[in-house]
Amino acid sequence: MLIILCGLIVLMILGAFVALEAASLLSSAVLLGIIGFSLTAIFLILQAPDLAIVQIVVETLSLVIFITAILKTTSEDATVRARARLPFLVIAAAFVVLFMVAVYWALGSMPPFGQPSLRMAWPYLTPEALPRTTGAANFVTAVVLDFRGYDTLGEAAVLFTAVMGVLAVLRKIGRKH
Amino acid sequence: MRGMTSIVKTVTRAFEGIIFLFGVYVVLHGHLTPGGGFGGGVVIGAAFVLHILANGSREVETDVRKSRSALVESFGTFAFWTLAIVGLIGGTVYFYNFISKGTLFRLLSAGFLPLANIVIGAEVAGAIVLVFITLASLKIGGEK
Repeated sequence: MLIILCGLIVLMILGAFVALEAASLLSSAVLLGIIGFSLTAIFLILQAPDLAIVQIVVETLSLVIFITAILKTTSEDATVRARARLPFLVIAAAFVVLFMVAVYWALGSMPPFGQPSLRMAWPYLTPEALPRTTGAANFVTAVVLDFRGYDTLGEAAVLFTAVMGVLAVLRKIGRKH
Repeated sequence: MRGMTSIVKTVTRAFEGIIFLFGVYVVLHGHLTPGGGFGGGVVIGAAFVLHILANGSREVETDVRKSRSALVESFGTFAFWTLAIVGLIGGTVYFYNFISKGTLFRLLSAGFLPLANIVIGAEVAGAIVLVFITLASLKIGGEK
């Protein structure tokens, strides 16, 4: 299982690199789709079907919107490349090495995979405790809507505000020419 | 935006209802199986997006002011907040689960969680459809 996970992550990283360097924006959008659908597979392997459902639908929708926008406008990549790329590449490589060292140092202090050290929520979520705390058979819904209801209310408000922002930007009435 | 070929239209006619029903199923069973208001709402919104994409925004009514999606979305947000307030008034604290918990694994269980899932699903589906209609009816340049 760890090998499949590593393979998917390598595929995502390769897809991200090729998406940056691809000549046509259409192939970049398709490569972004590879990243998203690999993430869906990773969620399924790690037994998180809730996240996988949301990820696969959002990924498909955003891919459709990207491709619609590209077909309506242009698929030409108009990025202007800097002339002297070597200094930037050296700085980027130095940052990557520094980041890897920091990650290695941080991961050494983590508990083993599958045994998290945080046990605060565990007494509320055992099969014996669940019928009297929330009564929901789905742990994720119990946490999202009951224990952390404030958080979900905030998420709903954020979505509402984002839609109002889209409507305000794209409105027809009152726009000055 | 023009519609797609008759192959796409026929397949869409066959499948859009099933996709919509699957979204409703995911929302209603949110407290029992994986899914819930956010995931199921996006699936319901995707059924409408598929209908508009296949038939084209000229055939389908895409006037933002005539669409009820804004009403559905605002209702969802307001109803979720109202559920939290009812917990404060009828119970003890904000977001108090004021309905009886019922038996585990039954469809009518878990107090107000199914209601909260339904109103969140309505909000997310309305938001997706509203944003897509706004983008689809946008006219760039001289295109009709």
